[in-house]
Parts: sequence; C-alpha cells; structure tokens
Amino acid sequence: MSEALVVDGLSAGYGRVEVVREVSLRVAPGEVVALLGSNGAGKSTLLKAICGLVAPWAGTVSIGHEDVTGRPPEHLVRRGVALVPEGRMLFGALTVSDNLALGAYAHRDPTQVRERVLSLFPVLASRLGQRASTLSGGEQQMLAIGRALMSRPQVMLLDEPSLGLAPRVVADIFDVLDELRADGIAVLLVEQDANLALKHADRGYVMRGGRIVMEGSARDLRSNDDVRLAYLGSWHRKERSDADLES
Amino acid sequence: MTSADVLQFVASGLQNGAIYALVALGFTLVFASTGIINFAQGEFYMLGGMLVAAGVAAGVPLGVSVAGAVVITSAVGCLIERAVLRPVRSAGPLALIIITIGCSMLLKSWIRHLFGPDERAVPPFSGSEPVALAGALIQPQVLWVLGITVVAAAGLTVLYRWTRLGLAMRACSISHDAARIVGIDTARVVMLSFGLSGALGALAGAVVAPITQTAYDVGARMGLKGFAAAVLGGLGDPVGAIVGGLVLGLLESGAVAVVSGTYKDAVALVVLLLVLVLRPQGIIGRHLGEKL
Repeated sequence: MSEALVVDGLSAGYGRVEVVREVSLRVAPGEVVALLGSNGAGKSTLLKAICGLVAPWAGTVSIGHEDVTGRPPEHLVRRGVALVPEGRMLFGALTVSDNLALGAYAHRDPTQVRERVLSLFPVLASRLGQRASTLSGGEQQMLAIGRALMSRPQVMLLDEPSLGLAPRVVADIFDVLDELRADGIAVLLVEQDANLALKHADRGYVMRGGRIVMEGSARDLRSNDDVRLAYLGSWHRKERSDADLES
Repeated sequence: MTSADVLQFVASGLQNGAIYALVALGFTLVFASTGIINFAQGEFYMLGGMLVAAGVAAGVPLGVSVAGAVVITSAVGCLIERAVLRPVRSAGPLALIIITIGCSMLLKSWIRHLFGPDERAVPPFSGSEPVALAGALIQPQVLWVLGITVVAAAGLTVLYRWTRLGLAMRACSISHDAARIVGIDTARVVMLSFGLSGALGALAGAVVAPITQTAYDVGARMGLKGFAAAVLGGLGDPVGAIVGGLVLGLLESGAVAVVSGTYKDAVALVVLLLVLVLRPQGIIGRHLGEKL
C-alpha cells in the first residue's frame, strides 16, 4: 500500500535538548493513526518537526514519495500537509470567514472545499462574521480543523483536539475524524485520552522519552496490558499539557 | 484671535499631522508584521524629499521624480529587510532595532556624501498662489499633502481589507507560526511591509518638501514625530497611526498659537512620555487585526 506520510529515523529538539529520538512511523491514505504517550513524550514536537515548524536534526519526512525533510511549513501546506496545532493557533482577532479564507491561502479557488467544511461543522456557518476569539472552545477547535481542511490536505496532523473540551463536543469532533477517513485523508492524531483515540483510530504508536516504544492496531493496543496500565484511564493526567514542557 | 487665525492654525496642524500620519503608518506596518521598531523610518522620509530634489535638479519632470523617489525608497526598505535584517533574524528584536539605527546613520551619511550638506528646495506641485479659504490663506501644496494622505490611507484600507496580501499581513500581525502553517510566506510579507513603509515615508517626504525644504538630516526629527504619533494612536494600529498623526499635528499647532513656537518640537516628546506612562496601548488601543 502506498503511504501518505512516512517518517524515518526523525530526531528533533530545542537548543541542545533532544526531544524526539529516531522516530519512524507511517500513515496510509484514509487511515487514522493515534500517537499516544504521556506529557513530555515528544508527541507535539514530533508533529512540529514533521510539518516544518521545528527543524529536524536527523532523519527524513516523506509525503507521497517526495522527501520534504526540513521544508518550511508554508511549503508543506502546498504539498498537502495540514497541522491543527496544540492550542489551535487561530487568528483570534479575525472573523471565522477570514480564518477559513486563510486556511485556503495556498489555493486560488476555495469555494468547494469551504462548502464541505461548513457541512462538516454547520455551527461555523452561523458564525462566519464573528471573531474567532469569541467562539466557544469547541467551536474554536472545529474552526481550527476546518481551517486545516481548507488547504485540501492529504495528511492532517491533529494535536490534542479534545483538550479542555466537554465530552459531548469531543464526540462531535471525533465523528468528523471518521468522515475524514472516508475522504481519504491520512490523519496522525496526538491525543492524551488514549481510550478515545484508540476508539477512532485504525492503528497506534506509543511514545516514551522521545522514542516509539510500541506500535500496533488500535484493537491490540487497547487490550495490551502495558498500554492499559500506563495510558488508559489516566484521566487525571490530562490537565497538564505538553505545552508546559515543550513550548 | 480671529476665526481666520484659528483656521490658519488648524490648517497648519493638519498639514503637519498628515505627514506625521504617513510616517507613523510606516512605523506601525513594520511593527505589526515584525514586532520591531524601524528607526530608519525617518530616513525614508528624508530619502523621499532628497531624491525628488535631486531628480528635479537633474531635469527629471517633477511627477516622475516623485514616483521614482517612492519606488527607490520602497526598494531601499525591502533591501534593508532582506539583506541586513533577515540574515540575523534569530538575534532577537533588540538587536534588530539597533541594526535599524545603524541603517539610519548609514543612509543619512550616504545621502550627505552624494548630495552635500545644503538645504534643497523642491518646486510646489501646482503653483504657489495661495488659495483663500474662509478668510485663511492656504498654500496649494497643503492641499496636496492632505489629498495624498487621504489617498494613501484609502489605498491601505483597500489593501488590508480586500486583498490576499492584506489578509496575509493581518495574519502575520497576529502570529507568524499560525500564518506559516496556513501557507503564508511570512518572510516575504515582512519584506513587503518594509517596502510599503518605505513608500509611505518617501511619499510624505516628497509631498512636504516644497513647503519645508529638505536636507540630508531631516529624518531624525521626523522619525521622532512619526514614532510619537504611532505610539499615541497605538503601535500596530493603522487607523490609530492616522489619528495619532493628526492629533499630534493639531497639538503642536495649538502649542505654537497658545504658548510659543519655541516649544513646538517639545510637544512630540511630551506626548510620547505621557502616552508611554499613562496609556501605553495608545489612545485607540486596538490591534491591527481587530478592526478592519
């Protein structure tokens, strides 16, 4: 099967601190892959290194069959990589409509995809003229995902979409993941809530200390004793995000 | 004081204020996209005037000289960003700001070397016969100053609100990382902001030169005034820059009328200190992204 995203031996960090160590993973089109791990395991940094926000130290990142290692994010968007970042990074002072328009900045004709995004998140359609900063947390997360979709990605990197949201809203957002799978998008999902992530994912990787320590199908990981012990049911650890350590 | 006197002071306040507004816009555009203060902004104003004077002296038609001065200064702005600031971008804002001071000194010395230390005159754009307006006599060049400021402000509004580049500039003013992940080449946007602020500064210098004369060393004073106006309106807010410029011009004019012409230049410093101490976000205090 041809892969949408292939990461091979990727290392990255900040200053002299290596946060991601020789990580290899792959995501196929239409596949949702969960990346699990506790705080500071290097998950967010890995996503940033894939999309070019953090320069990788070693290893390669390929999209399709093209080596895009170290390319800046503005270039990678045009290669079909979209990041839904930790903390959402919306343009809070701009309207929902402007945020979506910026999501499609790399393309000339966003009309069609805009309709698709608004049909996935109907609530956004009624908020188009509102500033992004005035939306509720759930709506902001929907806008962040919608903005990423506006670039018509083949690979979508999702960083903690459930963080700080009410369970019902989280369920809505994760339902959209299933639609993205049907659209053939490759989704790499970083999520603290391992239960939730594995419920929606096809496969998963577990990171610890910057390395991938385990990988398998979602079903296998859910029934694996180590994973259950370390990550499932560890709700109380959700509160402290990776941001404390990594940004 | 008669009403004609008042009108005369208001007209002169608006004329100076319009120039401050254009220079303040330059400060604000660069600040919004980079978070740094470009202390070479005053030299863009100087370049505008001096290049027009040099062009006219060399027999180039006035209109062409003005257009040429704006284009060349805009290119100088782009060049400062691309060749001087970008390579050391990681050095942090303070280092970059100090480098702009160096650029300012370089430009000033260079122009002095090229054109000499003397004051230069530029002919008015459309004659020097004063226009009578409600009892006050207004030089036609003052109308040029006001008109060009209005056109520049309108042009900027269109750029910001309705163009792709404008949207990208607003995005950069909020977050460079967020702008990059949607595909905006932030380095290019920053360079264009420098180019645009160069064009605005040069336009101000060119259009006011027939009234004030010009020389290689007029940039520093105007840089201070423009900076005070930008801070007064709230750094990073284009509407604030225009309002701040006009308010500063009128305050100066008022100081000349009520106190004495001696203290005119002190007004900008007093305003700058008061705003920084009492209301650092400026009298309007909004952010670039918010109101367009």
